[in-house]
Amino acid sequence: MDSILECRGLTKRFPGCLALNAVNLSVAKGKIVGLLGPNGSGKTTLIKLINGLLTPDGGTITVSGRKPGVETKKIISYLPERTYLNDWMDVRTILDFFSDFYADFNRAKAYDMLQRLHIDPGSRLKTLSKGTKEKVQLILVMSREAQLYVLDEPIGGVDPAARDYILDTILSNYRENASLILSTHLIADVEKILDEVIFINRGSVVLTSSVDDIREHEGKSVDAMFREVFRC
Amino acid sequence: MPWELKPDRPIYAQLIEQLQLLVISGIYPPGSKLPSVRELAAEASVNPNTMQRALAKLEDEGLLFSQRTSGRFVTEDAGRIVQTKRDLAEKLTREFLGNMGRLGYDARGAVSLLERITKEEEQNG
Repeated sequence: MDSILECRGLTKRFPGCLALNAVNLSVAKGKIVGLLGPNGSGKTTLIKLINGLLTPDGGTITVSGRKPGVETKKIISYLPERTYLNDWMDVRTILDFFSDFYADFNRAKAYDMLQRLHIDPGSRLKTLSKGTKEKVQLILVMSREAQLYVLDEPIGGVDPAARDYILDTILSNYRENASLILSTHLIADVEKILDEVIFINRGSVVLTSSVDDIREHEGKSVDAMFREVFRC
Repeated sequence: MPWELKPDRPIYAQLIEQLQLLVISGIYPPGSKLPSVRELAAEASVNPNTMQRALAKLEDEGLLFSQRTSGRFVTEDAGRIVQTKRDLAEKLTREFLGNMGRLGYDARGAVSLLERITKEEEQNG
């Protein structure tokens, strides 16, 4: 099958630390993939390499056959771990900002999602709660008609009910041939929506499998499997 | 009907059972059109590919059929639905007997317990 992301021997070093050690992986088109690993395992480093925010020290990474750069940023919609939006802007201004930046931004879709989540487009970002801010960011990211969505901890700061809503938003807004990579610690909450999981630990991929293969062969959930593999 | 998924079994196998139940119980009557894969996936909060896989399996079994242009339907063959019901009932009974076996009841013991409880429930009306 066609892949959207390919990593071969991908290596990244930081002073005194091997953040990624010769990682090989590929993500097929149309799949939702969970990038799972304990704190400091290299998830965010991998995500930053995909988005061209870091450059590899060894090996290759390609998105739709190209090295990360201007062209790949057009087809990747990225939700970073931390917010980079200006606090003084109101939601409507941010939407304008995004549609200036990204040709594939679907403004109607964004307004529709805001309405369903009862977020007033006139409110300033700094007046919103942490959870609502996260929802706004997710709406921005999911309103792009991208080929690859990369979400770094998309549900970390919201309550369980909003978590379900966000997962539903992801499910109903990602496009059929698009792929989605999400990193999270909250495995039990997301495993139902994943095709595949990638377990990463201390810079290496330790397991890639489909969710149902783990359940079928191990007789346990991905969450339980994770706790076993990464027992402290 | 809410979709209930247990954590220790493959999701797709559970989706198959729940879809079978929706047909057997008449929520999706014979000949009726099913919602789209994406709608069903959203309703169950599962990955659309997993839902697709479950639907394809039920199509292979003949409980559902699809028409290229107009979507996916429940079979009109009432016999097929009765058969699915019987298969599911058999499977649940085997599971029940398996669980009772772990408690130390053989099949006969389980049946006599079942008879006693049925009788009590009848008396209590």
